[in-house]
Amino acid sequence: MTYEFDQVLDASGLSCPMPIIKTKKAMDELQSGQVLKMISTDPGSVPDVTAFSKKTGHELLGHEEDGGSYTFYIKKA
Amino acid sequence: MSNNQANRVAIIAAHGTLDAGYPPLIIATGALGLGMEAAIFFTFYGLEIIKKGKADKLQVAPIANPAMPVPIPNIIGMLPGMTPMATMMMNSWMKKANVAKLSELLEIAVEGGVRIIGCQMSMDVMGIKKEDLIDGVEIGGAATFLEYASDNAIALSF
Repeated sequence: MTYEFDQVLDASGLSCPMPIIKTKKAMDELQSGQVLKMISTDPGSVPDVTAFSKKTGHELLGHEEDGGSYTFYIKKA
Repeated sequence: MSNNQANRVAIIAAHGTLDAGYPPLIIATGALGLGMEAAIFFTFYGLEIIKKGKADKLQVAPIANPAMPVPIPNIIGMLPGMTPMATMMMNSWMKKANVAKLSELLEIAVEGGVRIIGCQMSMDVMGIKKEDLIDGVEIGGAATFLEYASDNAIALSF
């Protein structure tokens, strides 16, 4: 399922902790309620993005996997 | 998100091999990613990580290191050239897995406001001067670390 999004961050090819560091930076630039679409190829980013959302209070709307590429939709609190 | 969660990580980095350089820096930069604060107290061999130009020159020895992914008998591992070889091997795996270099993580940490603290006592013991270290280092002792760690911090030692 896809969601509407306001910004895209392509973190493909990056390893921990870079996907989360870049996601944080991108989220900082959004307005409350806006959605970031983040793409990663790091399997560790699945639990990491869940943890990021839990810690920061931003909402992980959903995520999907497609052949080694993970897409996340995160809504700024 | 409850109100009494820790929002700070206090890290001690006491070792200076290539594999030991990563945990403090990954945790500190990871903390930044979660909107947390961090401080790393570099002591003894950990000071090697923050010496000017040294972060990317850390080494790992195959000798007495039975957890090395490629097992090398100690009698071979002690030969000249084996430590640089094991170091080169590990660095190539890091590159292949797209892991950031220690100098890059250090830069992100410093720019992100991670406190970089050099242990005064270890510096005296090993003859390291402030000018030998990267810019932005505070020099302190145990009390400096403990004061930071006592304010609802996760405290880790590597």
